[in-house]
Amino acid sequence: MNAPLPASTTYAKSLNAALLEMMREDERIYFLGEDILDPYGGAFKISKGLSSAFPDRVITTPISEAGFTGLATGMALRGLRPIVEIMFGDFLAIAADQIINHMAKFVTMYGRDLEVPVVVRTPMGGGRGYGATHSQSLEKIFLGTPNLTVVAPSHAHDPGQLLRNAVALGRPVLFIEHKMLYPETLLASGGALMIEPLTDEPFPTMLMKNFSRGAADVLIVAYGGMSRLLAPLARQMAEEEINLAIALPALLSPMTVAPLLPLAAQCGRVLLVEEGTTGFDWGAEVAAQLYAATYKTLKAPIARLASRAEIIPTSTAGENAMLVGAADIESKILELLA
Amino acid sequence: MDAKRNDLLTGFYEKMVLINTVESSLLNLFAEGLLRGTVHTCLGQEAIPTGVCAALEPGRDIVCSNHRGHGHFLAFGGEARPLIAEIMGDASGVCRGIGGSQHIQLGNFYSNGILGGMSPVATGMALAEKRKGSGGVVVQFLGDGALAEGVVSEAFNMAALWSLPILFAVESNGFAQSTPTALEHAGKLSARGAPYGIPITELDGNDVLAVHAAAQEAVGAARGAGGPQILFMNTYRLGPHSKGDDPRDPAEIARHAEQAPIPRARAGLDPEWCDTTDHRIAAEVAAIIQGIRSARIAAQ
Ligand SMILES: Cc1ncc(C[n+]2csc(CCOP(=O)(O)OP(=O)(O)O)c2C)c(N)n1
Ligand SMILES: [Mg+2]
Repeated sequence: MNAPLPASTTYAKSLNAALLEMMREDERIYFLGEDILDPYGGAFKISKGLSSAFPDRVITTPISEAGFTGLATGMALRGLRPIVEIMFGDFLAIAADQIINHMAKFVTMYGRDLEVPVVVRTPMGGGRGYGATHSQSLEKIFLGTPNLTVVAPSHAHDPGQLLRNAVALGRPVLFIEHKMLYPETLLASGGALMIEPLTDEPFPTMLMKNFSRGAADVLIVAYGGMSRLLAPLARQMAEEEINLAIALPALLSPMTVAPLLPLAAQCGRVLLVEEGTTGFDWGAEVAAQLYAATYKTLKAPIARLASRAEIIPTSTAGENAMLVGAADIESKILELLA
Repeated sequence: MDAKRNDLLTGFYEKMVLINTVESSLLNLFAEGLLRGTVHTCLGQEAIPTGVCAALEPGRDIVCSNHRGHGHFLAFGGEARPLIAEIMGDASGVCRGIGGSQHIQLGNFYSNGILGGMSPVATGMALAEKRKGSGGVVVQFLGDGALAEGVVSEAFNMAALWSLPILFAVESNGFAQSTPTALEHAGKLSARGAPYGIPITELDGNDVLAVHAAAQEAVGAARGAGGPQILFMNTYRLGPHSKGDDPRDPAEIARHAEQAPIPRARAGLDPEWCDTTDHRIAAEVAAIIQGIRSARIAAQ
C-alpha cells in the first residue's frame, strides 16, 4: 500500500503527481476548490495541470467554503469521489457544520454504514507572515469527531501516497498539509538520519532516528510540519550524541498510541510537539493515552510543546516568538535529560 | 371534474389523510411518553409533500428533507410502519431507531435536522446525477425560516451557475418555530432565488392539485436541462411547531383550518367515500402502532 518514495521530489510535487494519476485512473474523482484552474493552479499550486488534463472534473467554485464542502458530500453520497481544496485551513471554520453535522454524520447516522468518500485537503500552519487568520493549525478542533479521519503527513511521509489512501478509504478524511512543507524535498534515510515506517497502515507512523547504535534518550512524538524543525535538529543532536527517536504519526484522529509503546517504555522520556496553540490540544490526548500505558516506566513527566495560546502575529519577530520553534524543542530535550 | 382529475384527487386525498393520521398519532404517542426527543409534524401542510412527490420518479429522483420530514417520507413512497417505529426509537425502524424523526435515509430519501444544511448537499447530488447522466432530479424541501441560512444562498448560486437539476421546494408557513416571517426576513421572501436567475413559481400550497401541476412543470424543466427551479408554496402549520406549546392565537389557527389541504380536497370528493377512507386509514395506523407496542411489551 505504501510504495517506496520516488527520489528527491518535493511535498507539493508528490501531491500534485498523485492527483494527476488518481484522476487519470478513476473517473469518479472530481477536484473542487477556489482558484484551482490553470494557469493559476491553486493558491499553493497543488492543482497545477489538473484542469488542463481533466477540464470536466476540475471545478472551480465560488467563495463558498460551506457550500462547496456540502456539495462534495452530496456528490460522494451519489457515487462520485470528490477531493475538496480549502484554500487556507483557517477557512475550515466556515465549513465546520458541513463537515461535522453532515459529511461525518451520514456515515452512520442512518443506522447503517453509508459510503461518504470525500477528502477535504487544506494547508495549515504559520511561518510565512500571513497573520492571524491565514496561519493557524486548526485541526485540533476536528480531532475526536466520530466518523472523521484526520490525516497530517510530515515530509518523512509520501504525502501523495497518503492522499491516494485517503481517497480509497471511502469515508470522510480531513487531510492537513503544512504550508511550509510544500517546497521541502521529501526526507529519506541518509547521513545521520534513518527513516522507516513504524506501522504498515494507510496512514503510517514514520520513525526517524539519529543514531544507529544504542538506545534512544528521548522519544519525540510530533506530526505534520514539525518534521521540518525536527530533521535538522536531529542531525545537529547526532553530533552532540543525543539519541533521538522521532515518531511522526500521519493519523491524528482516531488515534492510538499502541505503536509507540515499546519505544516509550524503553526510553522513559517522551516529548510531544505540535504547532497548534497550547491547551485542549493533540498532545493532551497523546499524553493521556501514553501515561495510562507507560506510567510505570516513565523516568520523567511527559513533556509537551505547542505554540502560545495567542493570535499569530504577522511580524517575523512576533510570529517566531509565538510559534513553537527548533530552539524551544532543543531546550525541552535538554531539560528532559538534565 | 373530469375522471382523470378525480383519480388524482382521490389518490392525493388518501395520501394526505395517511400523513395527517400518522402525524396526529405521533403527537399522541409523544403525550403518552412513548416518543422521546422531539417530533415536528406537518399537520395542515399535507398538500406539499403529496403534490410534489407525486411528480417524481421513484428510483431515479432524490428527496432531501428537513426536520419536518415525515410527510416527505410517506409521500415519496416510504411505509408508515418503519417510519413510526423509527420515530419511536425501535430497532425495526427504517434507520434502526438510530436516526429518529429528523435523520432518516432510505433509498433516494435523505433527511437531516440542520436547517438549510441540506441545500448544498442536495445541490451536490444534483451535480452528481447530471454528470452521471442519470436524468434524476433532486428535490430539497425547506421551510421559509431556513431561507435565512447562508448556505441556502450559496446553494442557489452554485445550482444556477452550473444549471443543475434541482427543485427547491419552499414550504412557507409564515413561521419559524415561534417567530413570524416579518420578524426575521427583509425584502420579498418569495423572490430569494431571483437574483441568481432561478425561475420561481409562487402558489397556494394548500391546493394539492395546483401543487402537483406546478411540481410537474418544475421537475420537468429541471430534468430537461432547465436548471434549478423554486416552488414557493404558501401554507399554514395547524399543529404546534414540535410537540408542545403554540403561542399563536387559536382563532387564527381555526380560521386556517378551514382552508387546510384535506378539507379543500374533500370538497371536490364524495363525502361518504372520504369518511370511509378516513376510517380505514385510522384503523390501519392504529393497528401499526398497536403492533409496535405489543412487540415492545413482548420483548420486555
Ligand atoms: C441550523 C439550525 N438552527 C436552528 C434549528 C432549530 N429549529 C428547528 S425548526 C426551526 C424553525 C424552522 O422554520 P422553517 O424553516 O420555517 O420550517 P418550519 O418549522 O416552519 O417547517 C428552528 C429554529 C435547527 N434545527 N437548525
Ligand atoms: Mg416555516
